[in-house]
Amino acid sequence: MKNESNHLRRILVITLVLSIAADLLYWFLVGPHVPPGTMTTSAHDDQFDFNILMVIALPVLIGVWVFLGYTIANWSSKRANVPEPQGGPAARSNMKAQVLWITITTVVVLFLAGFGIVELWIGNGSGGGEGPNPVWEPAGAAQAETAALTSAASWAPGKVLVVQVIAQQWKFTYRYPQFGGFETQDLILPNNTTVAFNVTSLDVIHSFWAYQLEVKADANPQENNVAFTTTKQLGNFTVRCSELCGIWHGAMFDYGKVESPTNFSSWATTTESANAANTADLPAFAWTYVPDANGAAGGFYPDGTVTPYSSVEVYGAKQAAS
Amino acid sequence: MTISAERPTKSVASSTSPPSPHQGVSWTQRPGWLSQHMGTAIIAAVLGYAFGHWLGNYITSGYPYIANSGQNSSANALALIFAVVGWLLGIGALNYPLAKLVGKEADHETSVEGWSKYFRYTLDHKVVGLQYVVGVLLFLFTGGLLAMAIRTELLSPTTHVFGPGTYIEIVSEHGTIMMMMATSIILGPLGNYFVPLMIGSRRMAFPRIEAFSFWIFIAGYGVIFSALPYGGFPTGWTGYAPLQTQAGPGMISYLLGFAVIGLGMMAAGFNIAATIINNRAPGMTWSRVPIFVWAILSTAALLTLATPTLFAAGLFGVLDKTVQTAFYVTEHGGSSYLWENLFWFFGHPEVYIMALPGFGIVAEILPVFTRKPLFAYKVAAAGMIGVALLSFFVWQHHLFQSGINPDMRPLFMLTTELISIPTGFIFLVGMGTLYKAKIRFEVPMLFAMAVFFNFLIGGVTGVFLSDVPVNVTVHGGFFVLSHFHYTIMGGLLFAFMAGLYYWLPKMTGRMMNKKLGQWHFWTMFVFFNLTFFPMFIIGLLGQPRRVFTYAKNLQVLNDFSSISAFLLGFSFLIFFANLMWSMYIKPVKAPANPWDSLGLEWQTANPVPVYNFERIPVIMTDPYHYSEAGAPALADFGVGGSDDRVSSSGKSDK
Repeated sequence: MKNESNHLRRILVITLVLSIAADLLYWFLVGPHVPPGTMTTSAHDDQFDFNILMVIALPVLIGVWVFLGYTIANWSSKRANVPEPQGGPAARSNMKAQVLWITITTVVVLFLAGFGIVELWIGNGSGGGEGPNPVWEPAGAAQAETAALTSAASWAPGKVLVVQVIAQQWKFTYRYPQFGGFETQDLILPNNTTVAFNVTSLDVIHSFWAYQLEVKADANPQENNVAFTTTKQLGNFTVRCSELCGIWHGAMFDYGKVESPTNFSSWATTTESANAANTADLPAFAWTYVPDANGAAGGFYPDGTVTPYSSVEVYGAKQAAS
Repeated sequence: MTISAERPTKSVASSTSPPSPHQGVSWTQRPGWLSQHMGTAIIAAVLGYAFGHWLGNYITSGYPYIANSGQNSSANALALIFAVVGWLLGIGALNYPLAKLVGKEADHETSVEGWSKYFRYTLDHKVVGLQYVVGVLLFLFTGGLLAMAIRTELLSPTTHVFGPGTYIEIVSEHGTIMMMMATSIILGPLGNYFVPLMIGSRRMAFPRIEAFSFWIFIAGYGVIFSALPYGGFPTGWTGYAPLQTQAGPGMISYLLGFAVIGLGMMAAGFNIAATIINNRAPGMTWSRVPIFVWAILSTAALLTLATPTLFAAGLFGVLDKTVQTAFYVTEHGGSSYLWENLFWFFGHPEVYIMALPGFGIVAEILPVFTRKPLFAYKVAAAGMIGVALLSFFVWQHHLFQSGINPDMRPLFMLTTELISIPTGFIFLVGMGTLYKAKIRFEVPMLFAMAVFFNFLIGGVTGVFLSDVPVNVTVHGGFFVLSHFHYTIMGGLLFAFMAGLYYWLPKMTGRMMNKKLGQWHFWTMFVFFNLTFFPMFIIGLLGQPRRVFTYAKNLQVLNDFSSISAFLLGFSFLIFFANLMWSMYIKPVKAPANPWDSLGLEWQTANPVPVYNFERIPVIMTDPYHYSEAGAPALADFGVGGSDDRVSSSGKSDK
């Protein structure tokens, strides 16, 4: 019996020492550099979550590895003086060990689930797609979203910026309803601003992944998928499609930029007036658009008529026939 | 007197034998070209394909844009359906039901002697098991070659070996063929072969359904690769609509391929579950059933219950693409979410279809090589049932960022994390069994230990994925890819190798070469980890799945992973060389019980007679009484066989 507690004590002590060392090293040396960084609130929060999970995971990994290592080192049949194992009821089950194991794993799992739910809640969806009617949203988002559909929509620093992300094979375009609903291939955002991304698709399922912003939301045809984040740093970021969308999926990426609110305002108003003629040809700003029967958006029948399947807005149908 | 190889097999046909499903002479078993075998199946399948293709073009001849364009999904669908029916007719799978259907007395399939039985519709579960070994290895090696192609393309972020269309074709075929393989890799070969032996049964509950499950599994291989002349399919193994709806006729091969494989999965699951429930020997109570059998039972339950969803979902996809229904077409009233929902409703139980048999093998093998009883047997069985049940309640964690049911995310986060509790039981069981053991590091044991190492990483990263905030970072990237390779390849495939090295001596009477086996293990273990561990980092650094271009700064990690992958591929060549060497070139006769196991399957004669047991054994206890002085005998084998068992010390009594 004494021997037994010695084995367990040794395994426990080695695990504890290694775990504390690994956790400290991880938290201070690796944690702050874990992707996606701290460019937005969701990036910062999700990085924190990742690090918390890692601090819990490392002792689990180390515990099992130490146990396996200890087993291999001490109880290999090739070693001299390994005692013959004992069978019988004592080796078949141990109520204390079983209850302890189940209790510990249950407590850890329930803690993780609770922690995840709280973080998802206070993080307003943590930058992930929340569907058309988000359960958690930042202050001012609902008003900004409602206003976006009216012609009176406008933006000033401090307000929530509404951006529509339109995915199609194989690129992203962006509409800014608070600036007349112009559409552009450039994703420019103001710093220190809460952004409501409204993600939709014109053809197949895509996924809008603004990597450094820690925003990821699937783009489904005729669905609006809303994700929130608040920008905290100036700089460039990458946008990639993270849902397989056909042969050029791998080439579906571009770059965006977080600018100062002043620079953003001047870019947006300039683009709004420069694109005014194009904007007039676009369908009215809406959360989703019905593509025509040709499949991809912007497609239209040469005579400009509405296609048989689309009784409502037809994306691109207003364009003149070439 | 022992139950030994010398015992004439005739004796099994003694008066104690039940009426045989193998008795009588059938025209399926005629010698030579008149009989039915794989050759006639191939001919019938080709004829069926040609007829179906012609019919499809004939039906759609009013649509000039479709007929004879090479883009005719209806022609491909009908071609494949008729090809599969032809295949089943040709192999003889339909003889019995068709004869019964028209009111005739059906011929009974007999066992053919010699190697040709492996190419026929044979009802002996041991033949089917060996057929499955070759079958799953065919899937595995094809999928592996495709993986080599993927890693070749990813050597450079900008220089391309394949065009984007070919690349996505390769990725999709790799994923699909590997998933198809993984559904059956343990249940098919080892489940079919050993479950009856382990529960003391002379046969499967439904031998014809069993043979059917194998031959339709092989048909699935043909169906999925029939996509290639059509340019493959662009959707990956997940087949998301509406990309699916938009794709060419190659998509039909995917949809029908899964339907065909699905039929095999349902048949195999149903048959094995029925066998385990009904065909246990007297005394084989639920608390004495070997843990591997528990694992196979829970897997069989998942196969039977989850696969119909996949089958129906695939059928809807075929209808969308041929007769223009709109299950998945949003603008016609369907939904792009519907496929995702149905697919993952099947797909997540599927993940555990691929994990549970691996747990079963590891738990079965550990006591043999530690010379200790299985620790916490009941916890292990409960864990497997718990995983199987919970696996039906977690599917939407694949869709956390999709916008579907967003307010259900906390629930699915909770259920997903809860499943790690029963999954963790396997670690408790493993660690308890290893504790104060005397471990023999034979090749099967090495693979079993590796499962603990790999699956731990796979399981822990799964918790990261189930956390919705962290999921925003890692969803759809290489992190996920690495995670599921750690669970499926690191868990299931390593467990399969453990099982194969462990049981091949029983199946073939020949030992695998130990030296080559050790080389195989170490190269596979090291290069598996070197291939897939960097992918966690690649994923965190922002590389999405299924891309052929990536950020320049990720090239070093990708190249490292690719070169490791080539060496991992090389490790499989060592395995293949070992298999050829040990089975055909320089076979070494295996001892009757090379690992000194107490399992019932090792107490049968070598080679195992058609009827497995001369007399149905009466089971006295469970098979884990290792190192236990005065342990009860495992079973009463009746006259003539009771003194051949291995004592608890592992030495033969004689």
